[in-house]
Amino acid sequence: MVMSIEKFSFTYAGASAPSLKNINMEIAKNKITSLIGPSGCGKSTLLRSMNRIHDLYPGNKYDGKIKLLNEDSGKMENILDIKKENDFINLRQKVGMIFQKPTPFPMSIFDNIAYGLKIAGIKNKTEIADRVEQALKDGALYKEVHDRLNKSAMGLSGGQQQRLCIARAVAVKPEILLFDEPTSALDPISTAAIEELIVELKKDVSIAIVTHNMQQASRISVYTAFMYLGDLVEFDKTENIFLNPKEKQTEDYITGRFG
Amino acid sequence: MEKIFQKISLSSASLVFVILIGIFITLFNASKPAIDEFGFNFITDARWNEEVPLDDAKKAPASVEINLDDMDFASNDEILLDDDMLLDESGDDDILFDEEDSQTKTVYGGLIPIVGTLLTTAIALAFALPIAMGIAVFLAEIAPKNISHPVGIAIELLAAIPSIIFGMWGLYYFAPIVADLVGGYQVSLLTAGLVLGIMILPFMAAITRDSMNTTPDVLKESAYAMGATKFEVIKDIIFPYSKVGIIGSIILALGRALGETMAVAFLIGSIFSLPQAINDPTISIPVAMANNFGEASGLGESSLFYLALILFVISFGVISFAKLYFLKGAK
Ligand SMILES: Nc1ncnc2c1ncn2[C@@H]1O[C@H](COP(=O)(O)OP(=O)(O)O)[C@@H](O)[C@H]1O
Ligand SMILES: [Mg+2]
Repeated sequence: MVMSIEKFSFTYAGASAPSLKNINMEIAKNKITSLIGPSGCGKSTLLRSMNRIHDLYPGNKYDGKIKLLNEDSGKMENILDIKKENDFINLRQKVGMIFQKPTPFPMSIFDNIAYGLKIAGIKNKTEIADRVEQALKDGALYKEVHDRLNKSAMGLSGGQQQRLCIARAVAVKPEILLFDEPTSALDPISTAAIEELIVELKKDVSIAIVTHNMQQASRISVYTAFMYLGDLVEFDKTENIFLNPKEKQTEDYITGRFG
Repeated sequence: MEKIFQKISLSSASLVFVILIGIFITLFNASKPAIDEFGFNFITDARWNEEVPLDDAKKAPASVEINLDDMDFASNDEILLDDDMLLDESGDDDILFDEEDSQTKTVYGGLIPIVGTLLTTAIALAFALPIAMGIAVFLAEIAPKNISHPVGIAIELLAAIPSIIFGMWGLYYFAPIVADLVGGYQVSLLTAGLVLGIMILPFMAAITRDSMNTTPDVLKESAYAMGATKFEVIKDIIFPYSKVGIIGSIILALGRALGETMAVAFLIGSIFSLPQAINDPTISIPVAMANNFGEASGLGESSLFYLALILFVISFGVISFAKLYFLKGAK
């Protein structure tokens, strides 16, 4: 277990009711955990709490605890206690995020990957070059782009851009990677490539993925959380959720009776 | 219906070119006598409306002694009160010369106003650019909404103030302060450039802020999600992303600064004298034209047109250069 979410609630700034209520779940080490549920149930809100990206906007309210494993000390530390910018940076280097739409930075392919390394304070040119190459290989992109590393990343296809973003996140060696519907804007072939990549990545990182696509969740994840209207309805092994759900709502959703 | 729209938009688009070329041809024709007379030496010749013996006329020494009239500005007050008096160089008070030697001709050179224009614009830009960027960053990224909104409106209002008001304010309030701080004349290159800078500042800040605001949230979030600080996000994501808009704002500001007449007329001193220091008074092309057209005739008038043509070419050149140079790698 690398992350444990305990009695967690979240209210957006200015909202009258919480968007997440009393969530309890965990992210297992080097496994894929998926979050499913109908649109608007709070999947993104939960995922975005795990690296506290919500804090870029003022006034949101957290309750409960989200504990992250400190690999050095072996202790679980509550990330909701973080207040200093340095600690936020630290957290986000440990907990990376990939978004629904690919978000290449307005710079070259090489610089996109090197960026995270540079802001992490790595100055050695050869080390950066080596790690960029390794990250591109990890992102299953090296073969396609090795001869145009200095070209703008904007020229890549959607699927390539998304793999670039994954490679970019992997380059800083995070402990957890959060994916928010990473394939919903892509064609089936790019989707398959990215799914394969995510499965490959779990060797090195623990993964939480929000997905609309139940087949995707059942194909790649070991644990699945089903959410509905801000509640975590059921959290279990993926096979139990899909084959043997305990809750009626879960079953209805899985069998396509709503959502 | 569609055809009509196409025709209308096509003809309005071509109208722009027709006007552009028309203006160029008009300027060229009107300045033809001066071009024939002085050629390209006009650009490097610092003598304006000066009598010289016939044989000397063609060799235009680059660093000519300053006009006799320049000695007039013994005190600042004189310049402030009636700078018109300094400008009557174009009037025909050259009888003195004529008596000495009837074999003379009048020489016009554009160096002083050209230098004045380029320097005031450069000072304005150097002053306004960093401040405008700072304001834009503050409004787009740092200030909370309840501050950035009213400040943004105030800045847009500032951009709408007519330039003559900037000129008067500059002359009566700003110039004395600058003169106290750096010494020298109250009317000078420096004060004209700074007030020009203040004029183009809100303009640049507003456009830059708008283009920074077009940076998608998710792009900023992905940088923050990699552990970037606010400063790094601004520098590495927002600036590159809004580069096109920022350069556009600089180009527009440059165009405005190069051609600005009223505010500069109040502040530059309006004398044909090559500035030796940043706080010396001089003149710019638009001011030279505005002040001298009334009484100019013949070669003098044609020389003013020549100046106008040069201003046209400078503006066009600067803007095309900026577009080509900065925007070529932008897409
Ligand atoms: N920035 C926001 N401010 C206020 N409410 C929000 C904001 N973002 C999302 N919400 C609300 O929070 C709930 C959960 O949204 P979200 O987490 O995006 O759902 P999902 O990702 O499961 O589709 C929705 O009801 C949505 O309207
Ligand atoms: Mg979502």
